[in-house]
Amino acid sequence: MATNVYMEALSPTMEEGRVVKWHKRDGDPVKTGETLAEVETDKAVMDLVARADGVLRQITAAEGQTVAVGSVVAVIAAPGEAVGAAPASAPKPAPAPAPGGGERGAAPSAATPADATRVKASPLARRIAKEAGVDLKLVTGTGPGGRVTKRDLESAGGGVPAEARPVAAQPAPQREVPLPAPRSPVVTRGGAAYEDVPLTQIRKTIAKRLATSLGPIPHFFLTIEVDMERASEARDALNKQLGDQGKVSFNDIIIKATAHALTQHRACNAWFQEDHIRYWNEVHIGMAVAVEDGLITPVIRNADLKSLAGIGGEAKELAERARNRRLQPNEYTGATFSVSNLGMFDIDQFTAVINPPEAGIIAVGSIVEKPVVVEGQLTARRRMRITMSCDHRVIDGATGAAFLRTLKQMLENPLAMLL
Amino acid sequence: MANQFDVIILGGGPAGYVAAIRSAQLGMSTAVIEKEKLGGVCVNIGCIPTKALLHSAYIASLLREAKEFGVEAGAVKTDYGVAMQRSRRVSDQNSKGVEFLMKKNKVTVVKGAGVLQPGRKVKVGSDTYEAKKAVLIATGSRVKGLPQIGLEINKTTVISSDEALFLEKAPASMAIIGAGAVGMEFADIFHAFGTKVMLIEALPRILPLEDPEASDALAKSYKKRGIEVIPAAKVKKGTPGKDKMTLEVEANGATQKIEVATVLMAAGRAVNTENIGLAECGVQVTDRGFIKVDQSLQTTAPGYYAIGDVAGPPMLAHKGMREGVTVTEIIAGKKPHAIRYDNVPSVTYCHPEVASIGLTEDQCKERKLDYVAGKFPFSANGRARGTGETEGFVKILRDKKYGEILGAHIVGGHASEIIHELAVARENEYTVEEVELAIHAHPTMSEAVAQAALDSLGRVVDM
Repeated sequence: MATNVYMEALSPTMEEGRVVKWHKRDGDPVKTGETLAEVETDKAVMDLVARADGVLRQITAAEGQTVAVGSVVAVIAAPGEAVGAAPASAPKPAPAPAPGGGERGAAPSAATPADATRVKASPLARRIAKEAGVDLKLVTGTGPGGRVTKRDLESAGGGVPAEARPVAAQPAPQREVPLPAPRSPVVTRGGAAYEDVPLTQIRKTIAKRLATSLGPIPHFFLTIEVDMERASEARDALNKQLGDQGKVSFNDIIIKATAHALTQHRACNAWFQEDHIRYWNEVHIGMAVAVEDGLITPVIRNADLKSLAGIGGEAKELAERARNRRLQPNEYTGATFSVSNLGMFDIDQFTAVINPPEAGIIAVGSIVEKPVVVEGQLTARRRMRITMSCDHRVIDGATGAAFLRTLKQMLENPLAMLL
Repeated sequence: MANQFDVIILGGGPAGYVAAIRSAQLGMSTAVIEKEKLGGVCVNIGCIPTKALLHSAYIASLLREAKEFGVEAGAVKTDYGVAMQRSRRVSDQNSKGVEFLMKKNKVTVVKGAGVLQPGRKVKVGSDTYEAKKAVLIATGSRVKGLPQIGLEINKTTVISSDEALFLEKAPASMAIIGAGAVGMEFADIFHAFGTKVMLIEALPRILPLEDPEASDALAKSYKKRGIEVIPAAKVKKGTPGKDKMTLEVEANGATQKIEVATVLMAAGRAVNTENIGLAECGVQVTDRGFIKVDQSLQTTAPGYYAIGDVAGPPMLAHKGMREGVTVTEIIAGKKPHAIRYDNVPSVTYCHPEVASIGLTEDQCKERKLDYVAGKFPFSANGRARGTGETEGFVKILRDKKYGEILGAHIVGGHASEIIHELAVARENEYTVEEVELAIHAHPTMSEAVAQAALDSLGRVVDM
């Protein structure tokens, strides 16, 4: 019996798909799991695979044509089987194959279409997918009831669509993928100083579109309010301890915390490089210093590895030389992220301009005593607002938010920096 | 036509009779051809009667320790003949049970030796039976001797398990050649019935397929009980005498002469592939003599399938039973869950019992896997202390990165029952965390499983 080939929902939000290219022609023999066509979804170009063995017939969607999810785009007939007249040129919408229906085993041929709504996967498969950054939704499950198993994840190239595999597993992405995700979410030391991830099509488009709408760098801004009670206490205690040997400023604490948070969010510790994004494995913090005729950002290199006192000494020394115009070029270039602090000017909140090619900067406001509700009690707390400017070509909203949350946690619990 | 069925199964052992039942359940007319008793080796001269005898042995050893538990049973006398008779009754009950199941499921049972014919036909005597859908070959295996060194099974001084199961009395002394599951179990049985037992194994350790720690634990336990264990030994020659056998055994660089009343051959099995018409139908066998099958258990001849021991290792009843279910579902056009041959539990029912699943620690090392071994001894388990079954341990090999249960090894009382928690876990790809998260009743032997899982995570509680 002939099997209909439907336009499948290849992403959770897909409503229609454009046939980019047919890999098989009318009359070609096809096997279950083989790629029939490339389909452009709202997110990426994905493979439409055969759900039966046989011969491809009655291709009704031409290359370049956009059809609704659930439409029949071809049929797979048994060899020699006569199939009825081709359906009308406007294919009738048919229900997509119901996921989870019917008796399904794990025989190699019993592949289940990816279910966009709910992912069935074994605990082990979930764990492997999480650590490897694989989207289980895009993996075809062969376990009981279409469950994704370890074997399904391992059969890369077969059952696992390229989109589901972490990008780094491919030498060079041949097709569009949702995000140029860096290989590792955190800074990995001991290897190269940075990792260049080529810009994918979708990233290029975002880059172009946002750039034309917002200026050379498409900024967007995220503000978060941080409770500085514990940071203030820690600073007081540290300064008491240090005595005459210097002072730790709030700025030093913020630089240290920012550097620390960046090690956990490499996606924000990056440079936009026109055709690729450079994700840094080293954290160099540019520190905005106002000088007579403008502004310069000397760099505290490897700030995450330095002690608070070390940062304090270096910041003080760099700022002094900046004001005296004694900085060497290598002392104000190469930052991977910047901090601008106008707290001492009693600025409550402001936005900073990104220092290209860096992808982000935080603008730090003044620490103000404010009434806040803590555990149901109205009380006065020292609060500070941080606004992060993000280059949308590199950092997405959630990415920046996740980084800010970590930064807030570090500042609200300064001991975490010792971890 | 009266002699036509959808499915015809050659052999009524565990693989064959389970296939027959599932086939009938799926609405296919089914016939089983069996030349001996239904139930095969397992029910009649294998798993079932040996478990009955092992329980007799267990009672004997329990009574010998009874005083310590405050129970005086007097001098313990054993009679192998009585135990044997009981084991026969158990076997017969089971065989009759299989007969009943055939009737209940309307499976036709044909008595006789079947020979395959081309065209999905089987000849039994002068009758020919034809299968519309498939012929299943489930002819099983048998014990084999070592005739090349003078140890041909003569059924008097050199016997196999086939004869051992029918002895009227336990011999005065016995050399058991092969310390796999069969050898280990008979050593346990005959020792308990007063036989001086010597266990000879060619490989460097007893239970060579199990985890080395399991082998060590059993070697220690057997030696303590007075069973002589000779690993890494080569039997060079067997010389029959009057009511005795003399063996020349080379071990530890020296050759010794061992004189015993009986030699029990417990090394290796041969598959029953002769005289059943395989070649005539185009059914090919592998270099090792097993029938060649593809992923759907079909042989090289379309329409002929093979299941159980003849289809390849592991030669275990439960593996054959599962193949019986899977193959009939495939024939009925269903898409069954693929058999995971790496997740077949292996059990030896000696005392203490040995049960395992998945990889041994040696195999983890060979495959260069990054693993952590979690181990918990029954000596630290409250229930085991109460019943005096403190020998043994639970050992879980955990993948370091993802927590996958790579393998599990249990030595101890009821190990054969406890292992299934880990079989379920592995089949469903639970990690050690899921096993540990399930609340285990206290006090139970199974708690040792949870504790071993915890130990593999570095947070064992009870030790």
